[in-house]
Amino acid sequence: MKYAYYPGCSLSSTGIEYDMSTKKVAKSLGIELWEIPEWNCCGASSAHLTDHLLALALPARNLAIAEAEGLDVAIPCAACYARCKATEVEVKNSQEMKKTISEVIEREYAGKTQARALLDVFVNDLGLDSISALVNKPLKDIKVASYYGCLLVRPPRLGFDDPEDPQSMDQLIKALGGTPVEWAFKTECCGAAHATTKSDVGFSMIEKILTAAKEAGADCIATACPLCMNNLDMRQSQVEAKFGKNYGLPVFYFTQLIGLALGLNPEELGVNKHFVNALGLVKKLLEAEGRRDTA
Amino acid sequence: MKRVGVFICHCGSNIAAAVDCEKVAENAKSFPGVAFSTDYKYMCAEPGQDLIKKAIKEHKLDRIVVASCSPRMHEPTFRRCIESGGLNPYLLEMANIREHCSWVHPDDKERATFKATELVRMAVAKVLKNEPLDKSTIPITKRALVIGGGIAGIQAALDIANAGHIVDVVEKEPSIGGRMAQIDKTFPTLDCSACILTPKMVEVANHPNVNLITYSEIEKVEGYVGNFDVTIRKKARSVDMKACTGCGTCYQKCPSKVPSEFEMEMMDRKAIYTPFPQAIPNKPVIDRENCRYFKTGKCGVCQKVCPTNAVDFTQEDELVTERYGAIVVATGFDLFDESVYGEYGYGKYKDVITGLHFERLINASGPTMGKIKRPSDGKIPKNVVFIKCVGSRDEVKGKAYCSKTCCMYTAKHATLVREKIKDSNVYVFYMDVRTPGKGYDEFYTRTTDQFGAKYIRGRVSKIYEKGDKLIVRGEDTLLGRPVEVEADMVVLATAMVAKSDAAKLAQMIGFSYDQNHFYTEAHPKLAPVETHTAGVYLAGACQGPKDIPDSVAQASAAAVKVCGLLSKEEMPTEPIISAVDEAICAGCGMCVPVCPYKAIDMKVIQERVHGKTISRKVATVNSGLCQGCGACTVACRSAALNLKHFTNEQILAEVDALCL
Repeated sequence: MKYAYYPGCSLSSTGIEYDMSTKKVAKSLGIELWEIPEWNCCGASSAHLTDHLLALALPARNLAIAEAEGLDVAIPCAACYARCKATEVEVKNSQEMKKTISEVIEREYAGKTQARALLDVFVNDLGLDSISALVNKPLKDIKVASYYGCLLVRPPRLGFDDPEDPQSMDQLIKALGGTPVEWAFKTECCGAAHATTKSDVGFSMIEKILTAAKEAGADCIATACPLCMNNLDMRQSQVEAKFGKNYGLPVFYFTQLIGLALGLNPEELGVNKHFVNALGLVKKLLEAEGRRDTA
Repeated sequence: MKRVGVFICHCGSNIAAAVDCEKVAENAKSFPGVAFSTDYKYMCAEPGQDLIKKAIKEHKLDRIVVASCSPRMHEPTFRRCIESGGLNPYLLEMANIREHCSWVHPDDKERATFKATELVRMAVAKVLKNEPLDKSTIPITKRALVIGGGIAGIQAALDIANAGHIVDVVEKEPSIGGRMAQIDKTFPTLDCSACILTPKMVEVANHPNVNLITYSEIEKVEGYVGNFDVTIRKKARSVDMKACTGCGTCYQKCPSKVPSEFEMEMMDRKAIYTPFPQAIPNKPVIDRENCRYFKTGKCGVCQKVCPTNAVDFTQEDELVTERYGAIVVATGFDLFDESVYGEYGYGKYKDVITGLHFERLINASGPTMGKIKRPSDGKIPKNVVFIKCVGSRDEVKGKAYCSKTCCMYTAKHATLVREKIKDSNVYVFYMDVRTPGKGYDEFYTRTTDQFGAKYIRGRVSKIYEKGDKLIVRGEDTLLGRPVEVEADMVVLATAMVAKSDAAKLAQMIGFSYDQNHFYTEAHPKLAPVETHTAGVYLAGACQGPKDIPDSVAQASAAAVKVCGLLSKEEMPTEPIISAVDEAICAGCGMCVPVCPYKAIDMKVIQERVHGKTISRKVATVNSGLCQGCGACTVACRSAALNLKHFTNEQILAEVDALCL
């Protein structure tokens, strides 16, 4: 199983532990990731607020390199995935756009290679059975709120999961031995950059998600987006201060949870890099594991 | 030698202002076959018609061309005219020099005159090839069929029966009554639905001219207007209708419980059941899929307790074929499946219900004896949210159309909640409030002003459970602000949609339906109860979303059409229909699926070829069904099919006259 790998900018900075855990876990699961050489930024929200063609051309260059290799692209970041998917679909459906894009990026690109969310690749290509077969430290007694965010499963019809009540991450948590909690904020918006530019709006959006996860009885949150991670993890103490609450909810990338269940070293998965202490939960997990072993 | 007379009409100045009519008449004299040509100010007026009749006699004319207005306007007039002048009415041809010429070319008399001349030239060429055609008649069977026993079907049947005709009502369910029987109160008067419906149900059941056939479905429809042969499947009731007294002992004792369809599955019925207490006929049926006896062979309690020995497990479906002169289709509607709305929980929240569920909840004989209680825990809700347009006016997830009734029944529900639960709060999320109907807007105004329902203009984006509450999140577009309501119960005004098997019935009978599977009327304004198939009429919501007053009005209208048809002994048939030249028909059968009226069949003929008798298949046209559309003549590869009065030879003569 081989995929072109497009980490995107966040994964070399704020979301570096997503990159670390993805690579570790992929290796353990036997997925070969070929990092697209000299990849460029997908343009994120800046490009498609500026110019439509620019917003398509930036991801197209990365996709074109993968297409020349004949590989589908596995994309961890939800925003990168959304931009790449939008490009793939638009080029695939318009001969004219195909021509224009190929001219702009000075490469052939036909929209043949598929932009795939990393979660989709793990759950639907590799399969839950193959993953659970390799689990040796199941996430016993850990209640996880699967948080998909607003981009991963949208727009409807293009996504790989239900846009209103997605299940793939929940199923994955189950396959890892954990317990996905039932909650209604799976696809709620985390506020994205609002936390920086309009913090009163952004913070209240974060507050709603954290409160809902806590009320659903979650021990932690799983995400597939570096920006969601930023808001839920880095901003958590600020939100607690502002709203007078105490969550103490560690946030994991789903890849980190796979890694933990596979028994990989938490530090190699970057679990120590979070703002809200995640190691405590990991320690509890390992202790419980130890107790079960001795018993 | 054929002798054609040409008559050019001035139509006052309508034609003469743009066309030099005298010159056209003069030009026509030189056309082959023309024996006489003249012009006149008003050809359709009595002196004009006399002119034609006189000319026929004086000049021994045997075919006529009238150049005037559209044949849609006066073809029947001139056909009658030449018929009384002694000619076959189909030896007339009209050249449309008004709509097709003078009206569209008012500013260029020379060229308009030239065009009019050419149009007359074509008409003359065609009329020379015209054949005399004769109208025939078909007998009319004086019996009507109404499909569907809801309020529309009941009303249509009563009106037809009161006019003195025999009518059969076929109903799929064990009882007549339809959707209206499920409804608690009716807007805008809040009178009880059952109180106004059940007397009509009784009346139709007791009417000497009405024959109720319940628990039955249409299996096959053949024939044509005046003579439909309809096969009806009478499903096995497992209860002898004659012996049963309707005492109800059987369903009191029956051990198998099944969620009741009538009560929207909020209450159980038994496997042997009548759908509701006022059912007509008030005689039960056995739902064999859920009956213990039919599933395991053991039980038979109902048979043991029946005092008249009416339960009969050996009954079988029965097929009967009956001939009808006319059919009224009144099959009603279904409700949109709200579970496509993920944002409203895909139908998994128990306290998110549809309007029809709510009707049963407020009904005194419903699952809660008329007390509004939440389905989840039976608590009386304090905050009730109504969401309108669920599936209606939503091209992405639902239907593009407006369901028409929801604004009013939601206002009714809101009023009833406020009336029954004094400390309740009612919130209605809406896109628009549409209340065009007598007394409707006044009712809506009372709902807000007197009963204090709070109307919020905006869509709901999400419903989620929080504890035992439902959080309804939406937007108030008038305030431009997101709103959140903590609700105890949410009622969805789901769209009215066509019955799931609507298309199947339309194909079986042979009439058209739209992209939403609602049945298509022959004309949206001028023929709203007819279908394109003669003798088949529509009533009620099967044609499109409708409330009770509209359904009843349409049903009576359909009944009038049926009575008009059944009042005659026989009806004339149009002779402009397709005909098969059996000698050149290859028997390929291409014409059969092309015909929209199911008028073409294949038959086997015997003929002698080189001294041997062979049999081969050829097409044959049913003159009762053929509407003369001509689709088959295009599909026919050997040109064996020809539309009379528009034969290939006649059309080509026109083309040749213009082009050669």
